[in-house]
Amino acid sequence: MIAASDLHAKPSWRSTRSKLMTGLMIAAVAILAIPLIAVLYAVVSRGAGVAFDAFPAFFTKDIPAISRREGPGMGPAILGTLLVTGAATVIAVPLGVLGAVYLHEYGGTRKFARAVRFMAMVMTGVPSIVMGLFIYVMWTMRFGYSAFGGALALACLMLPVVIGSTEQMLRLVPTQLREAAYALGASKSRTILTVVLPAALPGIVSGALLAVARAAGETAPLLFAVGAAKAFNPHLFTEANTALSLQIFNSDLAFPAAESRAWGAALTLVALTFLMTITARVFTSRFALKR
Amino acid sequence: MAVAQPRPRPSNPRILVEHRSAAAVEDTPVVFEIGDAAVYYGAFRAVRDVSLQIHEKQITAFIGPSGCGKTTMLRALNRMHDTTPGAKVTGKLLYHGVDLYGPQVSAVEVRRRIGMVFQKPNPFPKSIYDNVSFGPRVNGIRDRAKLDELVETSLRSAALWDEVKDRLRTSALGLSGGQQQRLCIARTIAVEPEVVLMDEPCSALDPIATARIEELMRQLKSQFTIVIVTHNMQQAARVSDRTAFFTAELDSKNDQRTGILVEYDATAKMFSNPADERTENYITGRFG
Repeated sequence: MIAASDLHAKPSWRSTRSKLMTGLMIAAVAILAIPLIAVLYAVVSRGAGVAFDAFPAFFTKDIPAISRREGPGMGPAILGTLLVTGAATVIAVPLGVLGAVYLHEYGGTRKFARAVRFMAMVMTGVPSIVMGLFIYVMWTMRFGYSAFGGALALACLMLPVVIGSTEQMLRLVPTQLREAAYALGASKSRTILTVVLPAALPGIVSGALLAVARAAGETAPLLFAVGAAKAFNPHLFTEANTALSLQIFNSDLAFPAAESRAWGAALTLVALTFLMTITARVFTSRFALKR
Repeated sequence: MAVAQPRPRPSNPRILVEHRSAAAVEDTPVVFEIGDAAVYYGAFRAVRDVSLQIHEKQITAFIGPSGCGKTTMLRALNRMHDTTPGAKVTGKLLYHGVDLYGPQVSAVEVRRRIGMVFQKPNPFPKSIYDNVSFGPRVNGIRDRAKLDELVETSLRSAALWDEVKDRLRTSALGLSGGQQQRLCIARTIAVEPEVVLMDEPCSALDPIATARIEELMRQLKSQFTIVIVTHNMQQAARVSDRTAFFTAELDSKNDQRTGILVEYDATAKMFSNPADERTENYITGRFG
């Protein structure tokens, strides 16, 4: 016979240590969450007023030409951000995905593939302002300010990230799936297009999206390439444009009106990236089959 | 475990196909003619001196202990080794008299005629319908009605139709292991191959699912030539017409274990009166 208390846990150093460590981990998560929540709170509390006062004026009106003047207007910057980021995505994502498919499926450990992979890795570490300078020299000095120049700079930043994340995802596709396709008489290209890429698609999309969301907030690469327009410019290749991040950077904080507009721009930028992430999540879950 | 001392090997690889006995099986036309075949992974010789003939519309089983090269040999038959870097196949491998590794021969064309079912069920992360129609689509069939028909007949042949006919559009990953393996068989026969290679198709399945797959193999024999690798001697005895016994031998030159073909004969003879002592030791459980 045993007494009920025999099976009870006995107080020991082991169980105390377990509690202590669990507590430490919870504390770490809490500390991690503080800056996230604080940033969101600051942006929403200061930006929401100016952004939604007289809605939708803030999102559609031109930026006041004189920064000390009260009143809304970030429309051109929103359009500019969408133009620059959109064009950068169109350039970088297909190039990056195709490059990664070559590196993983065809290049393997060949010298050329190894060199490209190494350069992509180096490119990840290049400061964004250097990319901006590079595009300034290669593009802006010849063709002048335009949204496209900014897009080129952002594409340079995104490219190594897209290559890296796509190759990682391709590596996760099990060999058994490829072999199954080969055993049915599928060629290599067919296998990649109809089995490997669809299997890796959710991962590729979220990797690409992470790159896009990060690029959308970049300021330094746009500084030399985009210019600082205050009116709408829907043209991709001509005339100075602007972007939300540039407006935040350029706003004259001596004037309260300009400062509050900058907070509004910050809120818009956060909301835009958030929206992009949500869209991609919905998009990828559509592809997942229901069991 | 005590390993029986093998008898000295005869200098020539034995070809025992022509062995006549009461248990001899019908001599259907030869599909594969293999002579002195070997497979290398880089410098490592995984299996050597394999000579045998595989006959049409019969089930040929490759049995033997782990690491004896039976799966390696099977994968050589539809050029699956092409995708493994460093793998090399030597010797004579004729398919209806055509050298499988000839310079003009395309691995893709080979695999359209010689399908394969793998050890672990590996359905694509697609719907059941898309899994079965994948092969026909690869072969250029676009017509919806034709595809529908092929999917149904293939699933019926694989004894899976009744279980999945109401959920063809749901993910194949939602099926049980046994159902997934039958789906993989359906996917393979949808291409209408001549030969189906099976690499331990039941090793991941329970006895009931295994019995269903074996029953299926007996039915499919009327349409296809089947080569099956199995660890399970009872399975080989139950389903196959001919059995090849492989074992691994230490290569005196480089201290590596290389697979060899010990004996190949009608299954009934192999399991009742094998010619080689090593075969007898293995099937009676004294070794391996």
